[in-house]
Amino acid sequence: MIALLKRDLTLAFRAGGGFGLGLAFFLIVTVLVPFSVGPQSSLLSTIAPGVLWLGALLACLLSLDRLLALDWEDGSLDLLATAPLPLESVVTIKALAHWITTGLPLVLAAPVLGVLLNLPVPGFFWLVVSLALGTPALSVIGTFGAALTVGLKRGGLLLSLLVLPLYVPTLIFGAEVARRGATGMETATPLLMLAGITAATIALLPFASAAVLRVNLR
Amino acid sequence: MTLTVTNLAITRGGVPVLEGINFALEPGKALILRGPNGIGKTTLLRTLAGLQPPLAGVIDGAEDTVAYAGHSDGLKPTLTVVENLRFWASVFGAADIQSALDAYGLNELADRQAGNLSAGQKRRLGLSRLLVTGRPIWMLDEPTVSLDRNAVAMFADAVRGHLGQGGSALIATHIDLGLDGEVLDVGPYKAKPKPIDDFDGGFL
Amino acid sequence: MSIASKANALWEYANPKKFLTTTERVLPFFWISSAVFIVVGLVWGFFFTPDDYKQGSTVKIIYLHVPSALMAINCWIMMLATSLVWLVRRHHVSALAARAAAPVGIVMTLIALATGAIWGQPMWGTWWAWDPRLTSFLILFLFYLGYVALWEAIEDPDTAADLTSVLCLVGSVFAFLSRYAVNFWNQGLHQGASVMRVGAVTGTDTEEKVSNIFFFPLLVCIIGFVLLFIALVFYRTGTEIRARRIKALIARERVNG
Repeated sequence: MIALLKRDLTLAFRAGGGFGLGLAFFLIVTVLVPFSVGPQSSLLSTIAPGVLWLGALLACLLSLDRLLALDWEDGSLDLLATAPLPLESVVTIKALAHWITTGLPLVLAAPVLGVLLNLPVPGFFWLVVSLALGTPALSVIGTFGAALTVGLKRGGLLLSLLVLPLYVPTLIFGAEVARRGATGMETATPLLMLAGITAATIALLPFASAAVLRVNLR
Repeated sequence: MTLTVTNLAITRGGVPVLEGINFALEPGKALILRGPNGIGKTTLLRTLAGLQPPLAGVIDGAEDTVAYAGHSDGLKPTLTVVENLRFWASVFGAADIQSALDAYGLNELADRQAGNLSAGQKRRLGLSRLLVTGRPIWMLDEPTVSLDRNAVAMFADAVRGHLGQGGSALIATHIDLGLDGEVLDVGPYKAKPKPIDDFDGGFL
Repeated sequence: MSIASKANALWEYANPKKFLTTTERVLPFFWISSAVFIVVGLVWGFFFTPDDYKQGSTVKIIYLHVPSALMAINCWIMMLATSLVWLVRRHHVSALAARAAAPVGIVMTLIALATGAIWGQPMWGTWWAWDPRLTSFLILFLFYLGYVALWEAIEDPDTAADLTSVLCLVGSVFAFLSRYAVNFWNQGLHQGASVMRVGAVTGTDTEEKVSNIFFFPLLVCIIGFVLLFIALVFYRTGTEIRARRIKALIARERVNG
């Protein structure tokens, strides 16, 4: 299992692996926001938590179609399916690798981008906490979407269509934590809900992902 | 480990392609699959490897014993030869990759990125993976594609060595590898058109 | 007849031929009765009930809004049930029924959203508000879209049935979660003005009970929509079965040739 994680991370960091693409996308989206809504800092600081959450979510979405498709095309998935590793572990590791290469950098970069959008000071802590807690769920849900569409020629667009509705609860609770944190309100309830969603998706969704991957492999 | 196949029927894209397949593959033996293109050799190998469910019949002895090599080698172009091989070795819990490198003459290519290899070199690397799996039954789908005569000899030696250690191999190929194995001509097993299941049976 | 044999009798309809012959026999009944119920319900509701003292005649859109909203949700629940049947018992008709129901569900969702907007305009002074109930329906619509798109994208029918069934299962859980998340996120306008909560309609919620004058024509409309839904799903499932039959025949030809 560690070998698979190590390989996926190595692949991501090597040339053409796409590491940093999500981060760059996140940066550009954030920079574009003031151009579209105007530069008033009061407006920006109001919408900053939501915009940053949405930007992070879209950046997560960006790299999903490569998550399993590359291994599918070069036959690695066939070989992994016949390996002693259960497919449930394979998809979990894949999601973890996706989180480390996409989610984690987003979490770390979010405060910097928060400065650009004039995020209120108490919001920084809660933004990082909510993203750290929520992005793993985004990766796991995204892996499910990637497993559904892995055999399709132009699966990318369909993948977004399938995954985005599934992102709704995570987005609502995650952005709510950041929003409440930024305005100094109590954050415990949405934080617990967010943690619950993340824990439940990590525990259960890999079984669904492995099941649909098995269907797609046959 | 003897692989026993009893009355196996397989489908491709929902259409039955082969049926009534029976054979036993004993340790130390090789079985060569022959048959025209499109008859279902690949589907048969994938079914036996557990990648797709059979339509009917029993496959015994294929659980966690099969090393499968299909048309693509599962190589990552940005990893070096050694890294590619070491990955599969650790997935299958093997430590030693040196003998696999030796067997296919990959030592001088060890630090090259797999993406820079020629088609034949890639194939050699893909086949060397079988040696690090430690699995007793090899299932090979046209393994000699893009191999030169020299490399084919390496491959044949590797298979012979595997058989000598009590392994077995099921190989779909059209060239003569000089192995003393039985030949299974799948042509006669071509499925007769008939309903796949009760769904189509409701109509046809 | 014992319960076990009754259950077996139900599974007989998993045979496509049996399903087709039976539905063809009962379909005219469903078409006609749904038309009768809907026409009677709408005419009764529109012309023979008084205007609401607060809402005026706009309240009468309830006769379209509530039945379509109910069917939009029930349709998804039916798809969930038939998907489970497919995953567990591998009855093709079941998977095809789920496929056939989805577009009906989409249309019902759209009718509910559109009538809701038309009703909301004079009531709340806006066509659209990010009210939890409205938002939930919008999300349900997105789930329907993804489900149908996945069916359309996959060529092999059994693979498509498997993948969409799992999506329906996972989607149901997430749709349910979204419903609660959305409630949490915005308490909303709709809740207070809820003449259409199930509790209100069935009378369990006495304070906001819809008065009987509105309730009976509404009930007639709901029955009409249920019958219409059944008729549409039977009809569309029949079409799907025939399409599968053509595919099977073509495949047979190919094997022969």
